Amino acid sequence: MTDLAASERAASAPTGTPPAHPTTTGLSHNKLAMWLFLGSECLLFGALIATYMFAKSRLPAGELGPNDVFDIPFTSVSSFVLLMSSLTMVLALSALTRGEERGFRVWIVATALLGGTFIAGQVYEFTVFYNLGLGYTTNIFGSAFYTLTGFHGAHVTIGIVMLMSALVASLRGRLSPRNAETVELIGLYWHFVDIVWILIFTIIYLFPQ
Amino acid sequence: MTQTPPAPTEAPPAQVRPPADEHDGEQHEHPSDRQYVKIALILGALTALEVATYFESVHHLGDAALYALLVVLMVLKFIYVVAWFMHLKFDSVLLRRIFAAGVVLALGVYLVMLTAFRIWGG
Repeated sequence: MTDLAASERAASAPTGTPPAHPTTTGLSHNKLAMWLFLGSECLLFGALIATYMFAKSRLPAGELGPNDVFDIPFTSVSSFVLLMSSLTMVLALSALTRGEERGFRVWIVATALLGGTFIAGQVYEFTVFYNLGLGYTTNIFGSAFYTLTGFHGAHVTIGIVMLMSALVASLRGRLSPRNAETVELIGLYWHFVDIVWILIFTIIYLFPQ
Repeated sequence: MTQTPPAPTEAPPAQVRPPADEHDGEQHEHPSDRQYVKIALILGALTALEVATYFESVHHLGDAALYALLVVLMVLKFIYVVAWFMHLKFDSVLLRRIFAAGVVLALGVYLVMLTAFRIWGG
């Protein structure tokens, strides 16, 4: 009965406000689950960043290290590209909530392209580092670096797949302002990947070596 | 002797709370596109400042000052994205607390770990 009452309350919510959720918290369970997942991801990336910092501090003198391989100007451009993809993502969600399907598609494709550019940059960077002699098992720095940035790259790739899925759903007419929460959840994941890179870029690349 | 039936009572809404926006008394209006662009410009400027620390001209500041500056810029960018792009500034307090719990837990655990391994101070 209480569920029914909550559903009725949800149905009678004034237009312009987000749909109410007849749950114990008043929040969408999907959104709650996504935030719980992102909270747990902080621990995953925290572990990888901490491991990298530890590995770098134990790198024997004379071994191939960050100073020998990093190309800060190139990585700065990649970072900027990923940062701007967060802007296009929010613009996509904003367009969808206004019911602008065409705008949504343009911004979601732009987001995926920017994400793809970032991944292409990472592949190029890995190739350059490998040619400079830094393989996955070359030393403790290489292992930690490739593991951390590889995990991040995998997350970006999964994000691109999600963005493409949203585009396909939109093209099939399955996305509308009513189910914009699906895109909001993809956006949360995408922005999380962005904030992880904000940390990686500063701690791994920019901190004085 | 007749017994009057008990008046039908409505079950208290013990399990279901009102929607989060009523419950928290917070605004849930999302920012406008213009505001998003402004935030992106701020983020771009902060990134440019970060990258500027890479060049030799600011190295006279010393490592400690560079670390401090970079941490401040990184935290500012983190907060801007989480608050505006992820809408946590406008969303439920519960979601804010869940994410903050993950961040604080990770920060605490790994700072202790790195301290235990004595990685600070070169």
